[in-house]
Amino acid sequence: MSTATLPTELVFAKRSITRSLRDLDSLVTAVVAPVAIMVLFVTVFGAALDSTVGGSYTDYVTPGVMLLCAGFGAALTATSVHTDVSKGFVQRLRTMPVRASGVIFGHVLASVLRNLASIVIVLLVAVALGFRPTATPLEWLGIVGLLTAYVLVFTLIAAAWGLASKSVESAGMFSFIALFLPYLSTAFMPADNLPGFLRGFAEHQPVTLVTDALRGLATSVPDSTTLTRSLLWLVGLGVGATLLTARLFDRAARS
Amino acid sequence: MTRSSPQLTPPLIDPSAAAQPALAVSGIRKRYGDREVLRDVTFAVPEGEVFALLGPNGAGKTTLIRILTTLVRADGGTARLLGHDVVRDRARVRELISVTGQYASVDEELTGRENLVVVGRLLRLGKTAALRRADELLEEFDLTTAAHRRVGHYSGGMRRRLDLAASLVASPPLIFLDEPTTGMDTRSRAALWNVVTRLARGGRTIILTTQYLEEADVLADRIAVLDGGAIVASGTAAELKRRVGRETVELVLDDGTVIRSVTDGNPERVRLLLNRLHSEGRHVRTLTVQNPTLDDAFLALTGHTSATAPTDKEPAR
Ligand SMILES: Nc1ncnc2c1ncn2[C@@H]1O[C@H](COP(=O)(O)OP(=O)(O)O)[C@@H](O)[C@H]1O
Ligand SMILES: [Mg+2]
Repeated sequence: MSTATLPTELVFAKRSITRSLRDLDSLVTAVVAPVAIMVLFVTVFGAALDSTVGGSYTDYVTPGVMLLCAGFGAALTATSVHTDVSKGFVQRLRTMPVRASGVIFGHVLASVLRNLASIVIVLLVAVALGFRPTATPLEWLGIVGLLTAYVLVFTLIAAAWGLASKSVESAGMFSFIALFLPYLSTAFMPADNLPGFLRGFAEHQPVTLVTDALRGLATSVPDSTTLTRSLLWLVGLGVGATLLTARLFDRAARS
Repeated sequence: MTRSSPQLTPPLIDPSAAAQPALAVSGIRKRYGDREVLRDVTFAVPEGEVFALLGPNGAGKTTLIRILTTLVRADGGTARLLGHDVVRDRARVRELISVTGQYASVDEELTGRENLVVVGRLLRLGKTAALRRADELLEEFDLTTAAHRRVGHYSGGMRRRLDLAASLVASPPLIFLDEPTTGMDTRSRAALWNVVTRLARGGRTIILTTQYLEEADVLADRIAVLDGGAIVASGTAAELKRRVGRETVELVLDDGTVIRSVTDGNPERVRLLLNRLHSEGRHVRTLTVQNPTLDDAFLALTGHTSATAPTDKEPAR
């Protein structure tokens, strides 16, 4: 067993996961933030917003908090990827008989695992606070699939951003996008509460669609139009981000 | 005396040496925008030699190393490592080289040992073999006591040693070191020189770049002086010094007077000088002959002093 070689991609993934577990920033983001945000929304805004959303605010907000935490965690990929190309690690790989692009795969896989763990934490806290999903096993499968796809796509966009960045600071800026996108959606309150010029954006952006689709699945009233549109968004963004990441990696590695 | 002196680039391959040089570089050119960074660089390094590329900041050393290690393509010319072209056969070349860049590229969140294990596993060693190799290298580079500490807590010198160790996990025959001691303190520098000497004794071919004349003098079998992207001279340290030919004699007379005179290696001039002093009735107490230093050689060859004095500061990066 111990003489077995590991595929390059898995060596990179193991490295990324070890780094995540060592990095205080990513641990706090992955574990502490989900608990804090979930408790904050439900206890502080919950009572006031139950009537606005027409039902349990906990049920309403849980999918949004999942996406917020996962997106924020995925944003860290921008920094890790940027560091690897700017600090010479990728340079070293390119002088070795190694598939250097595997390093991106490693970061992406680590991000997906890290953020699925965050989502599970959000879910546990939500249930403790009164979240009562009524999804069938098939619908649960849909929820897991949709969340995984969302994390994956968001991570790929973060990777592209990190590769395009000229400094660690600008790579870190991706966290702001990850933070604001859910706020400018219907994740935390219905779009009617937003000013007019933001309403149009909020109603059509992917975070809103994915949140709505998740809500539908969790309450056992899946809406196939929302589901289809979310998937189209995710597939489109995913393919675009993958191509962009590949191109930017080639460029960054060669510079 | 200056750049216009005869191109001092004798064939570096000793005909009696192995038929195929470890490294054969021919007519390499590279420009970035309007800047000609390398102009027609040609040299060869026989197997087992320590070869230094000596040049000031901006001479083109890093660019040349990057071309030779498959990272960047030259605009013209060819380079072959053990017969393999760095562009066409780059996959094969990457199995034959190790590269230690000017800046350490190690993982700060991982321990020293973990860093080496990652490299070992990327090179398809099994877990046990990767661990064994890591421990050997930690021992060799005097990092055993720091093996389980995170690299983020290492000193600059320790990081550079680990970086070098990481590049040697695979024991490749050709080793490239880009300014391995720039920014190191004297002690780390001495430790690194020991490592290089040991690797050289093990029969590896080593190509290193440096801004320090002393370093080239101590480590290298042969030196090529790179200035403004061109090789302005090459040979052994002794040859370079001799070419400058500014041998001087220093005479101390009985009355304490010191006389210095340039002989250019010509004993006749010493005799004339001694004759004159004798006829003036002055007695010479001591006579010493001083050979030019590599510093003198560098100044003469490039028209400017090269080397910035070694500093103890790590370059910001
Ligand atoms: N990627 C690049 N783009 C533009 N100019 C470059 C690039 N790399 C190096 N140069 C320029 O080429 C010259 C030689 O650089 P370099 O090879 O790093 O020299 P050295 O390593 O001897 O200090 C410098 O003037 C540097 O600014
Ligand atoms: Mg350099």
